[in-house]
Amino acid sequence: MKPFTQMNGLAVPLMRANVDTDAIIPKQFLKSIKRSGFGVNLFDEWRYLDAGFPGQDSSTRQPNPDFVLNADRYKGAEVLIAGENFGCGSSREHAVWALDDYGFRSVIAPGFADIFHNNSFKSGLLPIVLDKEIVESLAAECEASEGYQLDIDLNAQTVTTPSGQVYPFEVDSFRKNCLLNGFDDIELTLQQRFRIEEYEDARRKNAPWLFDVPS
Amino acid sequence: MAGKTLYDKVWDAHVVNQQEDGTVLLYIDRHLVHEVTSPQAFEGLQLAGRKPWRTASMLAVADHNVPTTDRANGIEDPVSRLQVETLDANCETFGVTEFKMNDLRQGIVHVIGPEQGATLPGMTVVCGDSHTSTHGAFGALAFGIGTSEVEHVMATQTLLQKKSRNMLVSVDGEVGPGVTAKDIVLAIIGKIGTAGGNGCTIEFGGDAIKALSMEGRMSVCNMSIEAGARAGMIAVDETTIEYLKGRPFAPKGDTWEKAKAAWLELKSDDDAQFDEVVRIDASSIEPQVSWGTSPEMVASVNAQVPNPADDEYANKREGYERALEYMDLQAETPLTDIKLDRVFIGSCTNSRIEDLRAAAAVIKERKVADSIKQALVVPGSGLVKEQAEKEGLDKVFIEAGFEWREPGCSMCLAMNADRLESGERCASTSNRNFEGRQGQGGRTHLVSPAMAAAAAIAGHFVDVRHF
Repeated sequence: MKPFTQMNGLAVPLMRANVDTDAIIPKQFLKSIKRSGFGVNLFDEWRYLDAGFPGQDSSTRQPNPDFVLNADRYKGAEVLIAGENFGCGSSREHAVWALDDYGFRSVIAPGFADIFHNNSFKSGLLPIVLDKEIVESLAAECEASEGYQLDIDLNAQTVTTPSGQVYPFEVDSFRKNCLLNGFDDIELTLQQRFRIEEYEDARRKNAPWLFDVPS
Repeated sequence: MAGKTLYDKVWDAHVVNQQEDGTVLLYIDRHLVHEVTSPQAFEGLQLAGRKPWRTASMLAVADHNVPTTDRANGIEDPVSRLQVETLDANCETFGVTEFKMNDLRQGIVHVIGPEQGATLPGMTVVCGDSHTSTHGAFGALAFGIGTSEVEHVMATQTLLQKKSRNMLVSVDGEVGPGVTAKDIVLAIIGKIGTAGGNGCTIEFGGDAIKALSMEGRMSVCNMSIEAGARAGMIAVDETTIEYLKGRPFAPKGDTWEKAKAAWLELKSDDDAQFDEVVRIDASSIEPQVSWGTSPEMVASVNAQVPNPADDEYANKREGYERALEYMDLQAETPLTDIKLDRVFIGSCTNSRIEDLRAAAAVIKERKVADSIKQALVVPGSGLVKEQAEKEGLDKVFIEAGFEWREPGCSMCLAMNADRLESGERCASTSNRNFEGRQGQGGRTHLVSPAMAAAAAIAGHFVDVRHF
């Protein structure tokens, strides 16, 4: 996994509550067997006026001029300022891949759905939870001033606004460490291989039905 | 020391290791796999030169992309076909048990797991699918994971997890006649909201839950995720045991007896402490209809579409206004005035045999309204379909004007050819009414199978209790 340490990037506000993973990446694009290439269809139904389907030539699409990501001033945005319960619904990690592939490196919201939150860390997209009032004020500042950039420091656990206001955030220490170093979770876990084997041996004795090969 | 909850017990039994910061390496007993969220995980495994830790823990099936019409010619859409063929090839390469598209046992992953006895009490069950919460109906700890975690489970048989908080949702007393498990869970989501269970594992308890069949319990646990909880659980009792007895993957003989004794302990202790408790009076629950674009936007069939201008909705005004615009509904319209274009009976929430029986009982000797363009019944598995046909339910549906289809996820998420056209309105027994969920521009109203059946006959929503 690619590491996340510190960044400074253009922010864009999308303050709807309960933005679901069907909205982030509609189902027809989940037919891909790859991990990449989802960015062009991020928020597809909101971002384009025409219907999207896999394999389309994106240069022929009709962008929705009213959707925030299509505004020139937000081109190249890397930080999404979002509403409550962002990423609810389906477990599709494609939602994280789409945000990442588009160029987002962090999402700041008052709260995330559990599975999305979990998936984000696996692909190096940093989800940051801040109080609703703070997120709303960031969104308002962002709308008010073009070129609004946020500085995010994972090690220091801070978000810093262009005016120098610093907001600290919480992050799970284990996940923070994995993200800072870009650790591969599987490799880390396999270092505990003997523990998993020990667990299995004990479990097999007291609950053999869990290990019977299906008929 | 306080007693343990059901969740505490299953969690504790699966801890391989706990780090100082509370991160746990949790052992996974059952890994269900489908075609949409697994190809990148299998690829990752191959690229790293790894093998699945324990293939016997895995059970795979293609359900999201499969056609529900004639399968003799395979899958027409080349992109869908490649995804299903990729699953077939991966299962072949790694020796994973798979029910292929034309296997009688094929069906929706959350229907076939329990149907086969592959979901057992006290197990940890995962799948790259948020509706894995369904399996919690068996006193299992079951939750959806992303594709990176799918690969992690394949490679290590474990997940790195932090424990959730314990929430009890107790549905006390008895529901009235004509009120189903689906109405119970929609009413719960309406009360606690779609983020109400974030960070929690919900245990559903109370007399109204205990009175449910396993099918009903699965419908309730299925929608835990729509209340924000990754997992929902229900204590094991004789209903659970009775359901599992004799299923192909369930233990037999002496092992069955030993397992049964262990399973009957899978309930929260009397003095267990929950972080949050929600109580709902079962007798207050009426048949539910969702009116908006989030499952929490739901009301009794006899209510009206809410008016976002009302003071009580001040916090939700913007979301409500947006939802009404998308749904093309006027505030204060009686829900029974909402006319429908299509009806969908199916999905991992409501496609089991009891669901089909409940719908068939409503439509028997009646006809689908002329104004309905299409009414679909999509059984949850080949075995559900076979059982329904033995009971003659297929004829009841077909004579009424329903289409009787092959099993799969179908119009719940419209990854195959079954979908709404833009602007169409559907009464659906599925679990999500998000914008575009059943097809771009489509409008979904979530209801129980009996309510969907009644709506198909009437052409609009009706209170099935007086139909």
